[in-house]
Amino acid sequence: MALLELKDLHVALEDGTEIVKGVDLAVSPGEIHALMGPNGSGKSSLAYALMGHPAYEITSGEALFDGREIAQMGADERAHLGLFLAFQYPHAVPGVTVASFMRTALNATRKARAGGEDDPVPVPEFRKEMLAAMEHLKIPRELAQRYLNDGFSGGEKKRVEILQMAMLKPRVAVLDETDSGLDIDALKIVATGVKELVGSETGALIITHYQRILNYVQPDFVHVFVDGRIVEEGGPELAHKLEAEGYEAFMPEQVVGSEA
Amino acid sequence: MALTETEVVGGIKTEYKFGFHDPEDYFFKSGRGLSHELVAAISEHKNEPDWMRKFRLKSLDYFLARPLPEWGGNLHEIDFDNIFYYIRPTEKQAKSWEDLPPDIKNTWDRLGIPEAEKNFLAGVGAQYESEVVYHKLKQELEDQGVLFLDMDSGLREHEELVKEYFGTIIPQNDNKFAALNSAVWSGGSFIYVPPGVKVEMPLQAYFRINAENMGQFERTLIIVDEDAYVHYVEGCTAPVYSTDSLHSAVVEIIVKPGGRCRYTTIQNWSNNVYNLVTKRAVAYENATMEWVDANLGSKLTMKYPAIWLMGEGAHGEVLSIAFAGQDQHLDAGGKAVHIAPNTSSIITSKSISRGGGRASYRGLLEVAKGAEGAKSKVVCDALILDEDSRSDTYPYIRIDESNVDIGHEATVSKIGDEQLFYLMSRGLSEAEASAMVVSGFVEPITKELPLEYAVEMNRLIQLQMEGSVG
Repeated sequence: MALLELKDLHVALEDGTEIVKGVDLAVSPGEIHALMGPNGSGKSSLAYALMGHPAYEITSGEALFDGREIAQMGADERAHLGLFLAFQYPHAVPGVTVASFMRTALNATRKARAGGEDDPVPVPEFRKEMLAAMEHLKIPRELAQRYLNDGFSGGEKKRVEILQMAMLKPRVAVLDETDSGLDIDALKIVATGVKELVGSETGALIITHYQRILNYVQPDFVHVFVDGRIVEEGGPELAHKLEAEGYEAFMPEQVVGSEA
Repeated sequence: MALTETEVVGGIKTEYKFGFHDPEDYFFKSGRGLSHELVAAISEHKNEPDWMRKFRLKSLDYFLARPLPEWGGNLHEIDFDNIFYYIRPTEKQAKSWEDLPPDIKNTWDRLGIPEAEKNFLAGVGAQYESEVVYHKLKQELEDQGVLFLDMDSGLREHEELVKEYFGTIIPQNDNKFAALNSAVWSGGSFIYVPPGVKVEMPLQAYFRINAENMGQFERTLIIVDEDAYVHYVEGCTAPVYSTDSLHSAVVEIIVKPGGRCRYTTIQNWSNNVYNLVTKRAVAYENATMEWVDANLGSKLTMKYPAIWLMGEGAHGEVLSIAFAGQDQHLDAGGKAVHIAPNTSSIITSKSISRGGGRASYRGLLEVAKGAEGAKSKVVCDALILDEDSRSDTYPYIRIDESNVDIGHEATVSKIGDEQLFYLMSRGLSEAEASAMVVSGFVEPITKELPLEYAVEMNRLIQLQMEGSVG
């Protein structure tokens, strides 16, 4: 059974503008999906709506996580269920170190999973686990004591997003343009993070403009997303076709000036 | 039907955990209101020298003659006739917590003071209403000549030293509330650190108001002699009542050449306390004075710890936090006055307002003619948590010397939906996410606190945030 299942999902902004216009998508454990589309197609809006951003409203259709409707849940509840979003533009939190933030987030998740009882991770265990994950993701140790995303380079931000993903162990990870602006080394690290996460209980949805990241992490399914809709679906070969031919073939036809 | 006390208390501020009170079984309690007779009676009751009795009576004249300040917060609702100006809870000061009446001892236990004393303090003074009911200093510091007494004992046992400095840093007519304190002062700390002595662990005073409509007027005098060091920490709480109490302290500090004094406050009064405090230090050649001033509670706080840089090379710092929640107005900040050349100062203010609260930074930076090479930096940051709350900045700057280096920065920010969403997407509740942003915002100051107080500070911020959302 699919972990994340979207049925005819519609998403609108607060002013009523519809951004996502009916999406069907199912992510099962062990699957890596790529959602590919041009700028302005509504990919990021879909990601925000899934995670529960207050500015994006699910207006109709269903968004099910493990069979439960999540549309009315807060972002924290969705996180507790095991949904994760790697942000395209992660926010800075000055004064809060990466380590302190990571421990708070981990404990919040553990508490929710323990049915609301405090179940804090012992500090030595946390420290060991985090240092190991950082080393694995080639994140310099000193970053743990810096303030979260405050003055981080683009690459550092993305690596720390993947670090959070690795530590929080979600069941479905959505990566919103995590590949944009990364050099090859960073790209490989992100790809490694996704491959290691996805397994018998975990799936991933990679949202991207470019095919580039898919050279390092092979998707099982590719969905082409244009103007709020999935317009084409296929296997990994579809990504290569997109790379070669661009999105033009999938764009709605231009209306040529009509005669009076 | 009238509300029960519990309902009244519960309706005022549910998240304030220090709002309990003890039954009153006092050795002496004055009537309500203020008069020359009362002031004379307090002095007589304390068996004070004649000069202090005269000082008090003269101060009362100043208090009565001065109008209420019209700036800062609204002071017109203070009913000076309804206040109890002097309460002596016990006959004698205790040297052991066990010697206190059970209710009072229990209160200190709940506030965690005996435990803190055991673990990381060099000395403790615990003031309950008007008097310091418990006082102790580690023997090895006593042996080094350090004096740490309540102010009344200080006057009794070291009258010449007290007389030399008392009221010299903050004259009795400095302002209306300093005059009031000078008239009815009771309790507070008297500290003298001899030359070269460094007190490594903090000395702590804790101020507890228990009675309704209490006026607490402690008076503190700290003298740090040449090349000596002391860190003094004060905390304060009060029960929640539906009518107001008044806390009006005066703190005078002298830091002699090469000395260093750090004075840390964690103010957490209940939301029915007017907190109107005058704090001023003078720093001589190459001395350092630091005020770390965290204000979370009270109905209205007006407090601007000041440093007068009197000697060449003196350095002063004010780190101020003001967190105003519902029905709170915190008008806080700091003052640095550069008198001597090559003096330096830094004022860092962090103010937070939420739930309709109002937090203001009010500060003075003054450089006198002749204070060549003075350097000063003022940074004030405001964080506003919702649309109903307010933040203001009133930076006053007077520079009468041209060869100076002065910087001023101010920022105002709001907790954004985007930032909260990011943190909540990692599993934090909205309250936890807001508390994390606030903790991060004040981190430049909490990192200056000893670990135990930094932990306490973050916990208080969390308590302030709970119930503020959803």
